[in-house]
Amino acid sequence: MNIAFREIQAKQGYWLTMLVFGALAGMGVLSALYMEHNGHIVTGMTNQIVWGLPHVFAVFLIVAASGALNVASIATVFGKTLYKPLNRLSALMALTFLAGGLMALVLDLGRADRLVVAMTQYNFKSIFAWNVILYNGFFAIVIAYLWTMMDRKGAPWYKAVGTFAFVWRLILTTGTGSIFGFLVAREAYDAALLAPMFIIFSFNYGLAMFLLILMGLYKGDNRPLGDKLVNRLRSLLGTFVAASLYFTLVYHLTNLYFTKHHGLEAFLLLEGGIHTQMFWVGQVLIGYVVPMAILFNPATRGRGWTVIAAVAAVLGGLAQMWVTIIGGQAYPMDLFPGYTVTSSFYDGAVNAYSPALVEILLGIGGVATAILLTVGASKVLRFMPERLDDETLAALHGKH
Amino acid sequence: MIPHEKSPADNSMDTLTTDTATRRDFLKAGAVVTGATLAPGVLFYGVAHSRPADAPASAAVRWGMLIDTQKCGDGCKSCVTACNEENGLSGKTGPQDSQWIRKVDIRNLQTGAHHELPMLCQHCEKPPCVDVCPTGASMKRADGIVLVDRHICIGCRYCMMACPYKARSLVHEPLTEQKPDVPRGMGCVEACTFCVQRVDRDESPACVEACAKDGHNAMLFGNLNDADAPIAKALKSMASTEVRADLNLNTGVRYQGI
Repeated sequence: MNIAFREIQAKQGYWLTMLVFGALAGMGVLSALYMEHNGHIVTGMTNQIVWGLPHVFAVFLIVAASGALNVASIATVFGKTLYKPLNRLSALMALTFLAGGLMALVLDLGRADRLVVAMTQYNFKSIFAWNVILYNGFFAIVIAYLWTMMDRKGAPWYKAVGTFAFVWRLILTTGTGSIFGFLVAREAYDAALLAPMFIIFSFNYGLAMFLLILMGLYKGDNRPLGDKLVNRLRSLLGTFVAASLYFTLVYHLTNLYFTKHHGLEAFLLLEGGIHTQMFWVGQVLIGYVVPMAILFNPATRGRGWTVIAAVAAVLGGLAQMWVTIIGGQAYPMDLFPGYTVTSSFYDGAVNAYSPALVEILLGIGGVATAILLTVGASKVLRFMPERLDDETLAALHGKH
Repeated sequence: MIPHEKSPADNSMDTLTTDTATRRDFLKAGAVVTGATLAPGVLFYGVAHSRPADAPASAAVRWGMLIDTQKCGDGCKSCVTACNEENGLSGKTGPQDSQWIRKVDIRNLQTGAHHELPMLCQHCEKPPCVDVCPTGASMKRADGIVLVDRHICIGCRYCMMACPYKARSLVHEPLTEQKPDVPRGMGCVEACTFCVQRVDRDESPACVEACAKDGHNAMLFGNLNDADAPIAKALKSMASTEVRADLNLNTGVRYQGI
């Protein structure tokens, strides 16, 4: 028995979704145009907090994109056939979320009009330049991967291309983590741990997003989605959330052991105001404790609970990006260890940041674009199995 | 103008001076059209002082600066004002305004010892900003001056994340009344250029000139590679420090007195 893939139907729910997310994406683009015209003076970003909310959303989406491909990788590389019906949606989301993330990132550039320069001039010592190549390569490889899934002619290369895509995505997330990991100047970064930590974060955020989109699309299109599959993904998400917590713990414990980082840790964990709240309430409580309490508890197995857990993991992920990106910049750089430092350029001061509306809209625009493209593509091409109920899956693969 | 020590570009001047002298002897003997022939020679002498516009910067030179914090005037901001004027900066100090040089106050947590010093781009030998720049817009000239190529800077601000000295600024708003020889642009990152336009004219950076004019003489600018240069001699004879020396960036700007 083969599984049948079908486009989603263009019913009211579909058009409403496209309208809402299309409007949000459009507002993101308009915000970017406004920023482009007036300069970054209209944002909350400064010469101290040089990367702001657009980067929080952009890096989250890019990390989630590579993580969304995981479901397909589990099927292709690790031979778990239960996940195979999901591999098209998984690969699609890898593309659309990367597109949404890059949109927010690129439109925030001081000279977004010079995108062609970024594509043609490379400094090969720059992690950013590597990332440009990794992102472009990822698009090409994942499109090829989809072709091996969706076209009979491509089928012989399915395993090979899928394995290559898996390796590529690991390198890609290593590159994303290293954007921060290779920054020697700032205390919060400058750690090799950031690369593997971002890979684990990607498993977590990508799967949380995947679950939400999967459940949303099946509910919206009135297709059966069995508990067997959802519960498998739930347990997997729980494991990834726990692993994220573990890496976070190791990162902070290492810093806490080194006297030179005590100031940074005191700032992030105790005295950092909004950043401290983002860490404890956002990243730890909402991002780790809530999802784990739900996902590991047999009493909260309902679909509604799964949605809450996945939404919490996503919000926790955004909070983590805030702490990493904004918190890491807010803490002053130590130009003269052993001295207090003051200047007209805010040396030695905790840098204030409050995002402007345009930044919020651009960030949300990136997320909306990712969702818009996913839903739109599901309407145009056959990404989704017609049925994913327990009986169909059992007939396909036997007992799992 | 405060002349700095001789750069290799000046060698060509020596040759020209000799040539001119020979020619002068010849002209003396001939005693014909003296003025007409000599005038271009004199003019050429003046131009040859600085590096010709079409000659590349030379790696034989490394421009550097030594700042004596003991001489740096309390509350004096002449260097900052001069920099703003020379490079067409507004002088505003909001969080979104560009500051290429700033006065920094430091106080030792144990001893309470207080110093003031100007902080600017340190023109590192191994600049992190150049490493991280995706397009190569951040670059180091052969003579050690770290610059941003305004034509290919995409405004990603990765260099600002990477710079350990907070030396860089993004131009946050449209600019007016720019200086013709100091191109700037909204959306691009910028920083101290050691007043490259002046250095190429054989002049010192505006901050150094202003500091001397005010009688502080806290800033010494010159060629670190020239053993006879005052800056090289000073660095050889007294203790100086690099800010964040732990990063091993071999900065072009050094401090003494801290």
